[in-house]
Amino acid sequence: MSAGLLLIFDLVLVVTLIGLAIAALVSPDVRRAVMLFIAFGLWLALVWARLRAPDVALAEAAIGAGLGGALMLAAARRAARQEAVDGQTDARGEEG
Amino acid sequence: MRRAASLIIGAIITALALWLLWVLQTALDMGAGPRLAEQAFAGLPTTGVSNPVTAVLLSYRGYDTLLELGVLLAALLGIWSLGVASPGFQPAGVVLSGMVRLVVPLLVLTGGYLLWVGGYAPGGAFQAGALLGAAGVVMRLAGDETAGLPGIRAQRWLIVAGVAVFVLVGLATLALGQGFLSYPQAWSKWLILAIETAATVAIGTTLAAAYVGGRPWSHAVVGGRD
Repeated sequence: MSAGLLLIFDLVLVVTLIGLAIAALVSPDVRRAVMLFIAFGLWLALVWARLRAPDVALAEAAIGAGLGGALMLAAARRAARQEAVDGQTDARGEEG
Repeated sequence: MRRAASLIIGAIITALALWLLWVLQTALDMGAGPRLAEQAFAGLPTTGVSNPVTAVLLSYRGYDTLLELGVLLAALLGIWSLGVASPGFQPAGVVLSGMVRLVVPLLVLTGGYLLWVGGYAPGGAFQAGALLGAAGVVMRLAGDETAGLPGIRAQRWLIVAGVAVFVLVGLATLALGQGFLSYPQAWSKWLILAIETAATVAIGTTLAAAYVGGRPWSHAVVGGRD
């Protein structure tokens, strides 16, 4: 019985993990994609814990999801700002 | 055109995933053979640590970990070469700064715990360093422009500390007539601990400095680009 329950739990883990990965890949909004990637990283940490690899789970949660996510959010913000600046100069160039 | 490209990329990735699944299945079909895990456990008593993961990272494959620290150092040098850091966020409100005051010491404490516990249980330099880096990120989010990092001179020392201590230990073992990074058994635990401590500080500083996102030593406008 408990083995069956665990199997269901594992299946939910795997299906959600792949769902999060696909959602992050196809998301047109970069910020949204990064947030989905962070969720993916935290979920992956659960999967590593389930595979009895607590070292990898810790590293994944701290670096993959936490710091990687923070860095990517900062990069996305910077890229959006750069895009806005470039757009303004382009518009000015067309006017002139 | 773009659609075709994304379809091709999708097909390649799917093929790659199927190939990986096939490799995994073949590996599982081979059954229990001589694996690296047994050898790792067999050599464990000679390494001075009882956590097999730490033994692999710092004793069996110390060279790899040294190069990983080198990669982190190179990445930060790349970030610093890109331009000056952007100005920080505005000072946090009462609630956030109260939380930061609570969370940052907790993160530093947990980092120290993970570093120490890495000798015999899951933990180690990378996880501990990530927690220190996270403390820096939290502080920068709350309005501290330098992410809690010390001055630039100290920052440079802290960032090379990981690689420096690693290489110095390696050279010392070389001078003692052993191989590069093959520790004498009696000293093994303490050498590993020294390397891990330096690595933790270096990783934490590097990650926090990476989040600051530019070289911190000049906020002057350079070349009109920034």
